[in-house]
Amino acid sequence: MSDASTPPPAPRKRESVIGTRQRKVDGLAKSTGRALYTDDISLPGMLHGKILRSPHPHAHILGIDTSAAEALPGVFGVVTGAEMPTPYGIIVWTPDEQALATERVRYIGDGVAAVAAADEETANQAVELIRVEYEILEPIFDPEEAIRRTDVQIHEPSRQGRNGNISKIVELEFGDLQAGFSDSAVVVNGEYFFEGTTHTPIEPHCAIGFWEEGGVPNGRLTVWSSTQVPHYLHRELARVLELDPAKVRVVQPPVGGGFGGKSEPFDLEFCVARLAIKTGRPVKILYTREEVFYAHRGRHPFHMSYRIGATAEGRLEAVEARTILDGGAYSSFGLVTTYYSGQLLTAPYHIPAYRFHSTRAFTNKPACGPKRGHGSVQPRFAFEVTLDRLAERLGVDPIELRRRNFMGERTRTVNELRVTSNGFLECLDAVERASGWKERHRNLPFGQGLGVAGSCYISGTNYPIYPNEMPQSAVQLQVDRSGRVAVFSGASDIGQGSDSLVAYIVCEELGVPLDYVRVLSSDTDFTPVDLGAYSSRVTFMLGNACVDAARKLARTVKAAVGEQWETDPERVLLADGFAMDAADTSRRIRIAEAFQLTEARFGTLGSVGSYNTPKDVHGEYRGATIGASPAYSFTAHVAEVEVDADTGFVEVRRIWIAHDCGRALNPAIVEGQMEGSAYMGFAEALMEEHIFKDEAHGRAGLHNAPSLLDYRIPTSLDTPELVSLIVESIDPEGPYGAKEAGEGPLHPSIPAIANAIYNAVGVRMDALPFSPPRVWAALQRKAMEGEERVAAD
Amino acid sequence: VKDLLQLRINGQDHEIAVPSHYTLLETLRYGVGLTGSKQGCDKGDCGACTVWLEGLPTLACITPVFEALGREVRTVEGLAGFRTAPGVPHPLQDAFDVCGAAQCGFCTPGILMSAAALLESNPSASRQEIKEALSGNLCRCTGYTKIIDAVELAGRTLATHRSAPADPRAPDLP
Repeated sequence: MSDASTPPPAPRKRESVIGTRQRKVDGLAKSTGRALYTDDISLPGMLHGKILRSPHPHAHILGIDTSAAEALPGVFGVVTGAEMPTPYGIIVWTPDEQALATERVRYIGDGVAAVAAADEETANQAVELIRVEYEILEPIFDPEEAIRRTDVQIHEPSRQGRNGNISKIVELEFGDLQAGFSDSAVVVNGEYFFEGTTHTPIEPHCAIGFWEEGGVPNGRLTVWSSTQVPHYLHRELARVLELDPAKVRVVQPPVGGGFGGKSEPFDLEFCVARLAIKTGRPVKILYTREEVFYAHRGRHPFHMSYRIGATAEGRLEAVEARTILDGGAYSSFGLVTTYYSGQLLTAPYHIPAYRFHSTRAFTNKPACGPKRGHGSVQPRFAFEVTLDRLAERLGVDPIELRRRNFMGERTRTVNELRVTSNGFLECLDAVERASGWKERHRNLPFGQGLGVAGSCYISGTNYPIYPNEMPQSAVQLQVDRSGRVAVFSGASDIGQGSDSLVAYIVCEELGVPLDYVRVLSSDTDFTPVDLGAYSSRVTFMLGNACVDAARKLARTVKAAVGEQWETDPERVLLADGFAMDAADTSRRIRIAEAFQLTEARFGTLGSVGSYNTPKDVHGEYRGATIGASPAYSFTAHVAEVEVDADTGFVEVRRIWIAHDCGRALNPAIVEGQMEGSAYMGFAEALMEEHIFKDEAHGRAGLHNAPSLLDYRIPTSLDTPELVSLIVESIDPEGPYGAKEAGEGPLHPSIPAIANAIYNAVGVRMDALPFSPPRVWAALQRKAMEGEERVAAD
Repeated sequence: VKDLLQLRINGQDHEIAVPSHYTLLETLRYGVGLTGSKQGCDKGDCGACTVWLEGLPTLACITPVFEALGREVRTVEGLAGFRTAPGVPHPLQDAFDVCGAAQCGFCTPGILMSAAALLESNPSASRQEIKEALSGNLCRCTGYTKIIDAVELAGRTLATHRSAPADPRAPDLP
């Protein structure tokens, strides 16, 4: 039973691989160009597919005529939604998408038909020949308008009297909010707008379908895809294509970046599968960069109102939030996003009373979904800026204010989430020290400033996307007589290093060198189920599963060697390529010999390990499980900015990132995640806007800038200096004490930069991004009105 | 319509039939089977397709293949062995591995070609010079920090040993 009363962890055993800087198992394959990504795979006879997309943001499909496309020489097959009409959705309760739309399109870019042809040019020509008859419907682009209106319905209402433009409403209240506010000495309000942003992996989505007819495989489908969720894709492919899941194989090659943008099925995966079945030839579809922007599933735009009540000393008494989420055309992960918009705000500060009300609306734009820091980056921005206002109002140092509100470790949040390890104070100390905060904050000249922010994030969601009792992650180990160990891992390495993680653990536990470990991952025919690379679950869950498998195997080896040496198996150490006697380490045999001995004694060597989450880490109310995690990571940032008051241009010079990752299993990889996260937050703060044209600026609903030139992401010259400060709190349940590092460190970047801008020039930036026109306008307004804050746009 | 072209790639002569409208990137990937150079945008915006033409970093996705006729092309596959013994990774490739400079690795081939060109002319490039040289290559994973670390490390290796492998643990990188 794990609870707030869990005893502190046992003293750490000294590890020799874990905790050290190591190469990655695929590092050289990637730097030599040998790594084969999905688009690098070519199969004999392979066709190229292309998807026809809707030019209208909202329309009925009255008819589709594919005859001219089918007649074009070089075209092998055409498919429409009628051939795979089963609705699907990554969240099993909200299946509102189709592989290709059958009756209605809901955004410019919605897929309606697909072709497979001998080459890309012919495929492009063929989609142009498909005639679709549309009945144009009125589109809605503004979420508040969508909530108000009932005459235009983007989706059919789920039941009578409901508004089909509302995707999800969550309202939860904890503690005595009224008393909290009436006991407060000070109440601070804020209105905020977080603009939508998108993942922008450098690899566009790609999938290949392959169908085997006849012989033993008869009716077997293989799909290679740049997905982050092979298991969920496997399930959805089988369901939508009406195939036995045992006859569907999903292989995930190395993925060229995901960030949440490849964590649900997309039209191309269904289309390559259906077209492969139809044509009997392998079919590949590679999204163009434009299509990646339209596929989206990125950060939701949020309109947020915050009210915070506190004592005269700055201790929080009550927090109230109202949020409107612009969900775009489909549900995607929206149910979870709507919960996360409130549920994940309740740490690292002690909040006695809390209410949030969040409404996700459908609009006729590409669907929003989970981007790194899913659903909690936006409220964190609003909340941490409101905290800065509170500190300002009370004349308390912003770091000190955060310290005063620290919730502690081994406790529960107001919404009953169990928190185990918590290194947030150490994070604050680290950024305060490294940034020279005490000497420099408020002592810098006009135009220069420092800002601080904190945050917390989950190390994996406690529950799978479809309800089941099975493990969340698993690995299998196989041992060769040469001393080589193979790891079959279901997890998706999308660059974060999960293949390397399992290799390090095997080295640590079995004493084999890194080059004696092979990793085969994310192939649903050969690897055990892992739920995917999302919600920062991989290190914690896969790591625990691998420790489980490796320790079981180590016990067997130690038993065999101990028997041979007539000694206690506990005395047998597996390290540095040897099995040795802990009491006399000169007594040793090579690990290969130890494996042979064990195989002779116990038979073929292998091992399985799995991890499932503890189920007593959340409350009992409806929605209590969403936001529950076996452990939480904590982060603090200090950002240093220089603002040019004449132009509104903000330069972020440096971000100090202190992150409690529990334990850094490989510090180089952890720093890489921290730096990449802070970079991505910085990018959202200053540059990125995933926006759509209105009628005054072109065709309404058309993406404003679907290219990497116009949707600006930072170059090496734009990116500030990023200083990683690892904090290790040693989580009692994490593998070797580890928690996540891939998403948490994004959160504080944005409010830390906003707070630093205020510190530098005295304007509150409450709407993203903090681009020169916005900052300049804020400075003008301040000069004219003499006010110190700017309302959200 | 296909054309028969003579190309010199990574020191080897190739005779390849490719459609006449192909870019250098399409030719490399689909004609020659060298898939190390990546297509991230197909518009010259991201730099993942960067190769050398006569030693100069060039965006292969917006370079018609005819531009490469009679000129020396070098891709990421030709970087190992270029300043090292045959098959031995270029110090940059090794440094990327040691520093953790490749996460998803998709931008890596292009970044390596830009960085290798810089180190050819200036092995002791400063961090600012490295940033400038890489400013046409977008990376979405790393925040560039580890990439710049790796280029610095490789520059030191090139300047001193030319081909000695870097220390795999390298605990005290800047």
